[in-house]
Amino acid sequence: MSARERVAGNVANYVDERTGSAKWLKKTLTKVFPDHWSFMLGEIVLYSFIILLLSGTFLTFWFDPSMREVEYEGSYEPLSGLKMSAAYASTLHISFDVRGGLLMRQIHHWAALIFMAAMVAHLMRVFFTGAFRKPREFNWIIGVGLLTLGIVEGFLGYSLPDDLLSGTGIRIAEAIIQAIPVVGSYLAYFVFGGAFPGEMFIQRIYTVHILLIPGIFLALITAHLMLVWYQKHTQYPGPGRTEKNVVGYPLMPVYMAKAGGFFFIVFGVTAFLGAVASINPIWIYGPYTPGQIGAGSQPDWYMGWLDGLVRMAPPLETHAFGYTISWNILVPGLIIPGIIFTGMALYPFIESWMTGDKREHHLLDRPRNAPNRTALGAMSITFMLVTLINGGNDLLATHFDLSINQIMWFSRIGVFVLPPLAFVITKRICLSLQRADRELVLHGRETGRLVMLPHGEFIEVHEALSPERAYTLTQHEQPAAIAPVVEDENGVRNPKGAKAKLQARLSRAHSEQIAKPTAKDMLEIENHH
Amino acid sequence: MRFLSKYRRHRFAGPLLLLAGLLFVGFGYTVAQAASEEAVLTSSDKATLIAEGKEIFARGCSSCHGLNAEGAGIAPSLIGVGAASVDFQVATGRMPMADMSQQAMRKEPVYNEEETAALAAYVASLAPGPASVTNEELAWERSGDTAEGGELFRNNCAMCHNLAGQGGALTQGKYAPTVMGVEPKHIYEAMITGPQAMPVFADTTITPEEKLSIIKWIKHAENEPALGGAALGRVGPVTEGLLAWTLGLGLLIGIAVWLTTKAR
Repeated sequence: MSARERVAGNVANYVDERTGSAKWLKKTLTKVFPDHWSFMLGEIVLYSFIILLLSGTFLTFWFDPSMREVEYEGSYEPLSGLKMSAAYASTLHISFDVRGGLLMRQIHHWAALIFMAAMVAHLMRVFFTGAFRKPREFNWIIGVGLLTLGIVEGFLGYSLPDDLLSGTGIRIAEAIIQAIPVVGSYLAYFVFGGAFPGEMFIQRIYTVHILLIPGIFLALITAHLMLVWYQKHTQYPGPGRTEKNVVGYPLMPVYMAKAGGFFFIVFGVTAFLGAVASINPIWIYGPYTPGQIGAGSQPDWYMGWLDGLVRMAPPLETHAFGYTISWNILVPGLIIPGIIFTGMALYPFIESWMTGDKREHHLLDRPRNAPNRTALGAMSITFMLVTLINGGNDLLATHFDLSINQIMWFSRIGVFVLPPLAFVITKRICLSLQRADRELVLHGRETGRLVMLPHGEFIEVHEALSPERAYTLTQHEQPAAIAPVVEDENGVRNPKGAKAKLQARLSRAHSEQIAKPTAKDMLEIENHH
Repeated sequence: MRFLSKYRRHRFAGPLLLLAGLLFVGFGYTVAQAASEEAVLTSSDKATLIAEGKEIFARGCSSCHGLNAEGAGIAPSLIGVGAASVDFQVATGRMPMADMSQQAMRKEPVYNEEETAALAAYVASLAPGPASVTNEELAWERSGDTAEGGELFRNNCAMCHNLAGQGGALTQGKYAPTVMGVEPKHIYEAMITGPQAMPVFADTTITPEEKLSIIKWIKHAENEPALGGAALGRVGPVTEGLLAWTLGLGLLIGIAVWLTTKAR
């Protein structure tokens, strides 16, 4: 034993005797994680969150969350002498008079956009591979909560500088609050501390933005990661991978290095964007005044779909008992998002009910092997894309020489027509891919080598798949649909008749598959050759 | 003479002579052309300018606007629109229209400066209207106030032309064009004549001094260096979101793929 090892041993022993951490560390540091790029999407979210905390802290050193009116005297000349809120003036101060302030502001904002984008990408990975199935339903719900909070948190941050663009967004948020039947106008007064814009909302959303939501975020992220830790990470199917093991590399040293390095890469990419690409140049937009508005006002992308929904809503209002119900805001601004997020949160339970599958799943699905789920996902993404496109309808109109009315009608019709179309097409594509897999397993890979047989016949040489690959392509289960129980063996009608029938129908849709090759199929092929 | 006879066979003599010849012809041509231009301007007094304009009008505009600019089904009457309107529409290439679509778009002008001036003089002679201005007449650089101009722009223009003056969509394919890269006189003329879907901003609404301030702010916004890096078209969160998804997340996913590639 060298002297160095002895010293290290002594130190470790000293710590262990006082904290008892050796056993825990040994278990923890050797924990195995599977390796796949799509498992790093969640890491991007986590690292962006850390970047947001750090850059955000920097910004709080100078930001003045106050709507007190000040006269701008900073170094950005085209606004000098103008009356504005202290919030806007201090954001200008950060941008132009604090060393590195503009860079930090831009890093903070780019990190927020990437944070949300990576979160959605992570969500898609979890959805399409079926990683939300038992026992991970709670973690899915936590994820949906994080996504919702992320949207709110991003919107509040976008609103803090109190510039003309974000003020427009706050005005729309106020309209959505007011659209809540009966209590809406009271709630709006409560939130803004009086008539819009009042003198309160910047300091209020500041507290929520820097204290309340980040706090909830931290708690939820901790729970999210602890559950991943406890339930172990899912893995893609392959030889040697079962529901009872995890094939991968240990945390120490492989993932310590990879994850640690990846953090700095995420930081680097964000800082790069912050350094070369301008984001939210509030000095051009000017300070917020309720009387002013700009054409082409947009929210950040994760709110764009909501804006698009509001923009495509037909102008419907009802007056009843002295109250006005603005359906044109209420439906797209509250009801549809409510349905979407509730449906998303409940999906693991819905799928488990549809398939009748109550077992644990640690092996992921290849998306093509769950055609119905993949098609549902494609349908939801199509819905979001249509609404997102309508959210930018004014910019699309000016930049692609289109009519804003045509885009609106395209999305009004498209939002109903295109998602079902995407469902059908995706499901067909999945089944075709299953057919291709079946062909591949049965007949091997087409090598492109043509061979002339002695009697003059040309054949293309097919190369048999490696057993590993053949296993990967055939390992999935193909559960049969639930048979509808109309009456039991004694002829008593099922009391849950309609529900059972619906379940059976959904189950049939969900279990639509191309039969994977069986051992018998393989044998027949062998004999045939 | 000794000098000439001594160097006339020098190897640089030929090229130097050629250079001198070229310079002589070049200068001569420039002077002669300037002189002839002056001749055109001095020889055409107001009456001939109007006559000239009438002739151009008959050839290029009357098929839509009518032989006496009285208007027709497809084009409005030009009686009383004034020289400012003609200067704006013709000098920015909007008139003659390329096609009868939603609105005339900016393009390479069809008529040169003199022809435009003649047309403007003719139309102005039909009935009084707002007079055209020149860039030199507008003392926006001296008397404008950028901050005030920005405030006026946000109050009066931004709802159609965008907060950053990048233009915006109107209904049925009409649009408010970008105000970036527009000549000061055309900005001014647009405000006093209200072309296409734009309202007229009379001097009682926005005083001439305030108009100059608006021009000063627009010119400032146009020439402001990209302070935070690439401006991304200055159209706000749409391009920012696009870049976050493509370059930002794209780069990170690319690196994640690279990090998880098995060593071979």
